[in-house]
Amino acid sequence: MTATRNPADRRSDRTPRPAPALRRILSHAGLETRVLLSNGEQLTVAVALPAMVLIGLWLLPLGRLEGVSAVDTAVAATFATALISTSFTSQAIITGFDRRNGVLRWVATTPLGRGGYLAGKILATLTTHVLQVVVLGLIALIIGWRPELLGLLAMVPVWLIGTVAFGALGMLIAGTLRTEAVLAVSNLVFVLLIAAGGVAFPTEAYPRILGGLVDLLPSGALGELLRACLASGSFSLGSVVVLLAWAVAGVLAVIRWFRWTDS
Amino acid sequence: MVRAMDDHSPALVADDLTLSYGSVRALDGLSLTAERGAVTALVGSNGAGKTTAISCATGLLQPDDGTVRVLGADPWRSSPKHRARVGVMIQDGGLASGASAMQLLRYGASLHAAPLDVDEVAEHLGIDAFARTLVRRLSGGQRQRLALALAIIGRPDLVFLDEPTAGMDPSIRRRVRELIRGLAHTGTAVVLTTHLMDDVVGLADAVRVISRGRVLASGSVQDVISSHRSVDGALVVQATATGVDPRVAPALEADLQAAAARHGAHLEITSGGAADLESVLLDLMDEEHDEPETVSSSGSAPRSASPSGQEPR
Repeated sequence: MTATRNPADRRSDRTPRPAPALRRILSHAGLETRVLLSNGEQLTVAVALPAMVLIGLWLLPLGRLEGVSAVDTAVAATFATALISTSFTSQAIITGFDRRNGVLRWVATTPLGRGGYLAGKILATLTTHVLQVVVLGLIALIIGWRPELLGLLAMVPVWLIGTVAFGALGMLIAGTLRTEAVLAVSNLVFVLLIAAGGVAFPTEAYPRILGGLVDLLPSGALGELLRACLASGSFSLGSVVVLLAWAVAGVLAVIRWFRWTDS
Repeated sequence: MVRAMDDHSPALVADDLTLSYGSVRALDGLSLTAERGAVTALVGSNGAGKTTAISCATGLLQPDDGTVRVLGADPWRSSPKHRARVGVMIQDGGLASGASAMQLLRYGASLHAAPLDVDEVAEHLGIDAFARTLVRRLSGGQRQRLALALAIIGRPDLVFLDEPTAGMDPSIRRRVRELIRGLAHTGTAVVLTTHLMDDVVGLADAVRVISRGRVLASGSVQDVISSHRSVDGALVVQATATGVDPRVAPALEADLQAAAARHGAHLEITSGGAADLESVLLDLMDEEHDEPETVSSSGSAPRSASPSGQEPR
């Protein structure tokens, strides 16, 4: 290491001031997005797994709706998988490790603050979603998906409510459990929700009692709503209410129980 | 150039802070100040309450009782504007493990309107040598440097450094010391915790000895040593010998002892500085453990140790 000028000598040149709020949030969102997309495991969860769901449901006679093309039901299930993977699993894991590593403590002492951290995280999640939809949508187009504009537009509010609901649940796990438990629980719950929570298979494919329970899960409601938007499924107001209820309950639970430190 | 200060009041004023974790009392009436343009060292054993005190001063913990003012504001209700004036290096790093060192430093700088030059800070602290390495692959010392860089990147008026030189090799430690002295020289109030007495002697303008959540002694390094040594009524003579050839040192010591004996006094010769301070620190801790009620060097009578007998965090 060569002799360098002591940066402390330049400290007093200017007054310390925070960057504008939007720049701070964008900066944090940028860092989170880059970290998420440069992590092989996170990328697998965000893109590779949903892509496998897409190809699997397209090829296999599973999870289909009568009179609806296989690729349409597969795309709806794939997008629901993608949303849950990023909003829930990835965010739970990233936030859990941030909590253990003291990042949440440090962030709270910076001009970004806790509010900015959460805003940046939401923005990073939505940015990742856009990238997921583009990549998975391109794969779907290649295998014959022909989306309708109205269906895509209808998907937007459903997607936003779903992001809040699953993001809140991910944060709840990250902010209440030990990091090792966060890793295990978020991955296990993710697999269970996709396989048996109304994502890969429509609720009508389940036995009646089980289907009723799946309808009450956030994953079941999300799956049904995305099938309604993208696969000509029946639109259920009940599913909207269920997803909204999970979103509100999730946010309230985070406010009540989320712990910013690991101790 | 020294920046004009808002006023001459201390940058940090903590008054009678009390905080418990369940039945464990981490802070037990802790009061201290830190001046602008000075390095204030908080020393004490593990679990003494140093980190908890810093957590209260940085708004991470709210004390059960007492008040903290940081640059005139309550840190628990701090705004982004206030937080931009306070740099924090927390003990466990607080670094996002999935980012690279330089990515994180640029991110830290982007939270401030007028940060220091990122490349200059990176070069001075040797971060450029591991700029593209992910945080999770950095050594402890490298993480310390990065955390320090993040704490100072916004040109703070007050900076809290929790064990800033722990795990660093001697050459980096020297550079970090220069940096810390430079910060104080330009008007920044530096509050640091450390277990390294060399750091205290080499850096600190003021020392606060903390044990069981309260300040046992405070003042300059020499004040703390002198005031403690004079508690038993012994005459304290401070002297610095320079240019002593190691070969004649024993003879010089013998002459001094003989001179003291002629006056009926006992003379204790120590190496000065770090060794002295460490000895005083240990003595103070021992007294604290032996006696439930002690008199601090500042003259006030601190309360007895926590009844639970458990060590705070």
